[in-house]
Amino acid sequence: MKGCTRFIALVAAALLWLPAQAQTPRSGGELVFPVPSEPPSYDGHREETFGLIHPIAPFYNTLLRTDPNDKSGTKPYPSIAESWTTSSDGKTYTFKIRRGVKFHDGSDLTSKDVKATYDKIVFPQAGVGSSRKGQYADVASIDAPDATTVVFRLKEPSGSFISSLLSPYNFIYKADILAKDPHWYEKNIMGTGPFTFVEHVKGSHVVGKKNPNYWDKGKPYLDTFRAVFMRDSAAQVAAIRGERAHAQFRGFSPAERDSIVNTLGNKVTVQEAPWDCILLVAINHEKKPFDDKRVRRALTLALDRHTGSKALSKIAIVKEVAGVQVPGTPFATPPEELNKLAGYWTDIEKSRAEAKKLLKEAGVPEGFQFTFLNRGIPMPYEPLGVWLIDQWRRVGLNVTQQVIEPAAYYGPLRKGDFQVAMDFQCGYIVEPDLDMYKFLSTDRNHANYGRYTDRVLDELYDKQSRETDPEKRKAIVRQFEKRLLEEEAHYLMTLQWHRIIPHSAKMKGWTVTPSHYLNQTLDTVWLDQ
Amino acid sequence: MGTYILKRLLAMIPTLLGVAVLIFVLLRIVPGDVVEARYLAQGSQFVSQDLMNQERAKLGLDKPLWQQFTSWMAGLARLDFGVSMWTGGEISEEIKLRFALSLQLAIMASTIATLLAIPLGILAAVKQDTWVDYAVRIFSIAGLATPSFWLGILMILTMLIVFKWIPPMMFTPFWVDPWLNLQQLIWPALAVGYRYSAVGTRMMRSAMLEVLREDYIRTARAKGLWLKLILTRHALKNAILPVLTIISLEFAFLLGGLVVTEQVFNLNGLGMLFVEAIARRDYTMTQALVMLVATVFLLVNFFVDIAYAWLDPRIRYR
Repeated sequence: MKGCTRFIALVAAALLWLPAQAQTPRSGGELVFPVPSEPPSYDGHREETFGLIHPIAPFYNTLLRTDPNDKSGTKPYPSIAESWTTSSDGKTYTFKIRRGVKFHDGSDLTSKDVKATYDKIVFPQAGVGSSRKGQYADVASIDAPDATTVVFRLKEPSGSFISSLLSPYNFIYKADILAKDPHWYEKNIMGTGPFTFVEHVKGSHVVGKKNPNYWDKGKPYLDTFRAVFMRDSAAQVAAIRGERAHAQFRGFSPAERDSIVNTLGNKVTVQEAPWDCILLVAINHEKKPFDDKRVRRALTLALDRHTGSKALSKIAIVKEVAGVQVPGTPFATPPEELNKLAGYWTDIEKSRAEAKKLLKEAGVPEGFQFTFLNRGIPMPYEPLGVWLIDQWRRVGLNVTQQVIEPAAYYGPLRKGDFQVAMDFQCGYIVEPDLDMYKFLSTDRNHANYGRYTDRVLDELYDKQSRETDPEKRKAIVRQFEKRLLEEEAHYLMTLQWHRIIPHSAKMKGWTVTPSHYLNQTLDTVWLDQ
Repeated sequence: MGTYILKRLLAMIPTLLGVAVLIFVLLRIVPGDVVEARYLAQGSQFVSQDLMNQERAKLGLDKPLWQQFTSWMAGLARLDFGVSMWTGGEISEEIKLRFALSLQLAIMASTIATLLAIPLGILAAVKQDTWVDYAVRIFSIAGLATPSFWLGILMILTMLIVFKWIPPMMFTPFWVDPWLNLQQLIWPALAVGYRYSAVGTRMMRSAMLEVLREDYIRTARAKGLWLKLILTRHALKNAILPVLTIISLEFAFLLGGLVVTEQVFNLNGLGMLFVEAIARRDYTMTQALVMLVATVFLLVNFFVDIAYAWLDPRIRYR
């Protein structure tokens, strides 16, 4: 009996030990991944596409990053800055810069480089494009008092400042190069990242190889990576199914996931997460009868989001019923509370009866006709557009869809030449400041295509932005959400996108997050076998 | 003949100028521009109007249209296509990168098409209304009805399901590794070549049938000449003229028109570059590609006309 117990104990220990051993990162190999878009330039401070992040981020570090193991993609984690402190008034942030970080040309990185980088982003010289300048409007000054310290001083306290530094676009550049030519990084690559640049064949691929002098000793694990530009999703699926590539990090549709899983079986691992992208419905407040909030509320009340989620998640890259924050992230409204908002009720009959009543009160006749502008992109605009039209038809509205080619789409939106239109936003991190900025009054954000002014909403935004206590901030975010989605129904949320990453089971050390911009430095990724 | 060649070459200038005006105007009429495609299409919220104006000024889009046109024309006169509005890279370099692939694919597809179309077309004509003719007709009509990109998808799926293999994802030049190069390009060449051969086969068959009913062929047969000799020496030379036109024009089309096939096989060719340039409103790149394709068409037409004179001694140009 004693021998049997010892045997069982040994087997149990072995079973516990084996997975631990199996997860020990292994060095070597080449990671191959398709990228559905190609960057116009290499300058992260200027560009806006994930097509830049996936192939270029491995060459750089940022001041801070998100914890590579955090599925919510929101936890700050040291990178070039090994630690940081915040002053008691919440207006001064001091970062300790890591020693021993070298650029790929062999020179040392100091606080001077961090300052020059952020000066370029926050206070760009004339003629230098920084598409994220507006995000750092609260920054008053950036100083580098010594080689290992950088101090950011803000005009006002901020609840989101640390999160804004997690931007994967804010590559740390070399100060001397920026001083000579602030445009140098548009056409050249030279960072401190885990990989050094080998080649970029335009239209074809980018190759990076292991940086032997990387500051995080032992990393990266991969010898090389190869990012292959591949626009067509069928070609991307074929590349994964044919085991020519390990992963595509943006995401696949449910049908594409199933075809990969059916072919590869246990040779593939699927990671899924709510995606920090959402299609919104912009309602033009300057067009009658949409200036009447009863009509706007009727539009949201008509939507059966819960049933829609079940049906659409089988055919499109959407799934979660969401408010202004991605479900499951720190500031998201819990489902039971969200379901109390108009348009989120679980009783759709009651919801639609209310919608019809509101339309009648607003003097909108049965069969009222309007045009819904949609963007000519199949996934997920097409299925969501069809779903919306069907939902509105059920409350007696007669909607005609007008589909516009993607590059021309924003012309009518910016001019206000529409009644109701599909709009979208995607964030690099889930953070109320980033996700709610879209809904500020038009005079504060020209990307608000609803064309309204709502000072109460603006005030709530500013209040939550200044609030450094997360719990108090959460309460203000809820007020903002209620006003935006229910009381005024300025904008409608459809369904949160759902990110599906089927990847080779050989690929380890990568965690899916709600953002397809995060976790792409590839320093933690390794290949088993 | 010399005067004719010179006249034809000079006539290309106004044609190209017309194409230039047309594409320049058409691109400006279409809503949206490269700056909107770069920033707004990504859903950017923090991009200010100032930044967009600054980017437009940097690209010269704030200048009057006539100035933009004249500076483009001045560049073209120096054979300088300028830089891409999207990448900022030299257009000639970007085209050069893709040209080798597109040219090789066009040559391979044309060769496959020619090798299929001419013998099959002759065979069908000679064996008119027999099972051979029916088989060739079915084969060629199926080719006409099957889009090459769809055939490409079928090929990839078949290779994937049956052989657990797909072609390489990246282009390797023939002179670097011929085996790897062929592994990638033979499949799109077959997919495109088949459709292309179908047109040629139909044309070859009908032209051959027409020629075979001519008096001089009947006379040759009556004289007891060998059928093979009649076909190759007398019939083919006359029947091949329309086929030559079709094959040449298709070749010119293949250089820039294989958009979907390039997407399916992930080929970094001129067709993909073309579509991406249009989608991004990259005016300079689109203009350069249109001019390139127009020039290729004009040159191919020119050489076909010269070849006509060589193949048919009755044709004389003045």
